[in-house]
Amino acid sequence: MSTRKAFRQRVCEAVADERAVHLATWHKMEARAESMRQLRDPEAICELAARIKQHTLENLPRYLEQFVAQVERSGGCVHFAADADAARRIICDIAAAHGAKLAVKGKSMTSEEIHLNDALEAVGVRTVETDLGEFIVQIDHDRPSHIVTPIIHKDRRQIAQAMTRATGCAYTEDAEELTAIARRYLRDIFRRCELGITGVNFGVAESGTLCVCTNEGNGRMSSTRPRVHVALMGIEKLVPRLRDLPVFLKLLARSSTGQPLTVYTTLITGPKRADDPDGPEELHVVLLDNGRSELLAGEFAEVLRCIRCGACLNACPVYRNIGGHAYGSVYPGPIGSLVTPLLQGLDEHAELPRASSLCGACRVVCPVKIDIPGLLVRLRARTRRSQPLLKRVAMRAWKWMMKSPTRYRWAQWWLPRLLPDCRDGWFRGGPGPLGAWTRSRDLPIPPKQSFRKLWRERLSDER
Amino acid sequence: MIPARMAPHEARVSGCYAELDVVEVALFVTCLTDTFFPRVGEAVVRVLRHFGCRVEFPEGQTCCGQPAFNSGFHTEAAALARRMIPVFAPYEQVVTPSASCATMVKMHFPELLADEAGWREAAVRLAAKTYEFTTFLRERLDVDIAAHLSFDEPVTFHFPCHAREAYGPEDLHNWLAHGKPADLCVPEHNDLCCGFGGVFAVDYPEISEPMLADRLEDLVASGARLVICNEGGCTLSLAGGTHRRGLPLRFKHIAECLAESLGLMEPER
Repeated sequence: MSTRKAFRQRVCEAVADERAVHLATWHKMEARAESMRQLRDPEAICELAARIKQHTLENLPRYLEQFVAQVERSGGCVHFAADADAARRIICDIAAAHGAKLAVKGKSMTSEEIHLNDALEAVGVRTVETDLGEFIVQIDHDRPSHIVTPIIHKDRRQIAQAMTRATGCAYTEDAEELTAIARRYLRDIFRRCELGITGVNFGVAESGTLCVCTNEGNGRMSSTRPRVHVALMGIEKLVPRLRDLPVFLKLLARSSTGQPLTVYTTLITGPKRADDPDGPEELHVVLLDNGRSELLAGEFAEVLRCIRCGACLNACPVYRNIGGHAYGSVYPGPIGSLVTPLLQGLDEHAELPRASSLCGACRVVCPVKIDIPGLLVRLRARTRRSQPLLKRVAMRAWKWMMKSPTRYRWAQWWLPRLLPDCRDGWFRGGPGPLGAWTRSRDLPIPPKQSFRKLWRERLSDER
Repeated sequence: MIPARMAPHEARVSGCYAELDVVEVALFVTCLTDTFFPRVGEAVVRVLRHFGCRVEFPEGQTCCGQPAFNSGFHTEAAALARRMIPVFAPYEQVVTPSASCATMVKMHFPELLADEAGWREAAVRLAAKTYEFTTFLRERLDVDIAAHLSFDEPVTFHFPCHAREAYGPEDLHNWLAHGKPADLCVPEHNDLCCGFGGVFAVDYPEISEPMLADRLEDLVASGARLVICNEGGCTLSLAGGTHRRGLPLRFKHIAECLAESLGLMEPER
């Protein structure tokens, strides 16, 4: 099946039942708007955040060098992974070196990107998601459909069923009870685990500090309880200084969920020191490239400013209607329609940049001011050759017509005379693009007197 | 290639319009408005004339190439940009009822022709003198839009996404809220896409359809029957969806509302 067909099929399957996504995204958008209003000058903070990120990207080699030196100085160990395969190998090797059989994981999109869980399970390491949403995804053998709220597509009943199945608990749809059940279940896992894996929201170059933001404290548990902590981060996650962090912390939680700050903001600098009461004995930082440095060198570099807040997903009317799974990628939504083809290949994902009305709701809410619609158009330009022949021919024919006012007038004259009147001056049906257009709306049959005719006949002489 | 820049008074028979304070405007009506909504074009002309403009309509104009540009067919879009620039070169200012076509000219023409010496400068010149209709009224003619609007029925509005470069949903809200009588029914979501998106609606009708349904549901729920929508593409989509579903909504461009309020055109029911 072509990627285009596969995409369409996923869309059709998804469109039917996205009420849950509708409600959740609107709710988050309202919460976001409310919390942004609390800032004195939200626009200025976004502008600053965008500038800091852009500056970091433009000087990334220098900041990476500094970051690595600082992590090592604080007793951590840094690994470079050129691609997903290398990252998986590095992490599996760390697990093997410690004989780990049970790993806990904080929520990490980067680990989803490299399909880490499958790799660990394959070498005999049971890997348990500790973020409540990700935990439910895992026990229900599902996939996340949102980068911040992975079970945005699930309702209470589906969650309750999954919990009963996986933990053997009595069936309940009460959110508090369900959370308590998961908490008890995960406490036991935390007690026994040997390896903790987390993502990283921000890496601070000047101090080698890792900043992990969670709402459930599971990031802190996963990074302190086990003997070994592995932090997986994309190379673009850096900020230069500790004093840059508040700029992003102010924006991240507000953009994601409308909170002023995530409930837990964990700053980790190195493993447990001699006088620390707790913490891991070893800290491994895995820096993932996986296409990022190539992306950094091209015209789409600003995509790497993304802090994965998910606001563009919540704002997007396309995402709201097709849900995350239809995108067929770990990163859905507007930013995913850029990141997925750019990191994983444009040929396999050529349909994603086109599945947008370019309404720009994503650009309005992006805290680091990524011009998502503008970049989508540029990506479209790169896939024009793989567009269906009919469309390419139609574009050319259309250009030919529009290049001459005579041909344009001629087409304008014929249009109302050729379109059959199906009902009260409206047309429906028709082949190809006409049929696609009239699938959900009628087409008005244009008046026989166009504006230019009107102008000629009377408007130009009236003063 | 590009005809030498002519002052408008040289381009026409001299002596007709001698007053110095007349504002010269060329109307860029856009292909959609020209073909589907001639009344909007007429309203724009009448309103501009009412506020002292001398309006010209360069008949060589066709389409700005936006559908090709948004679809990634940039060679085709550039060809149409090169065709359009000379058509409007002789005029001092260009006004269009469509914010998305204005954005095409103002932002994307210079982008498309950035590497073509001669054309680049011409594109920048056209970009600088092109105005979306309401922006022109406010910025060049100093017109208080709200002060001239009146309605004899409740109104609501659809904010066209691509108007963001020209005005925000809160601007549209304010113009209508301060019109008389102030009976504005604000839709629950004031900047929701209608699902048109140009070629998108044809490429992905299965996605466009529920988006259109969301938007229509919202507009109907506002309680008003008259929807102010300043973008031909959105109106084509919304009105088409309205007709298909038998909803009680009508659509008007703000230029039509102004022309009617000012007594320049007969009210259309």
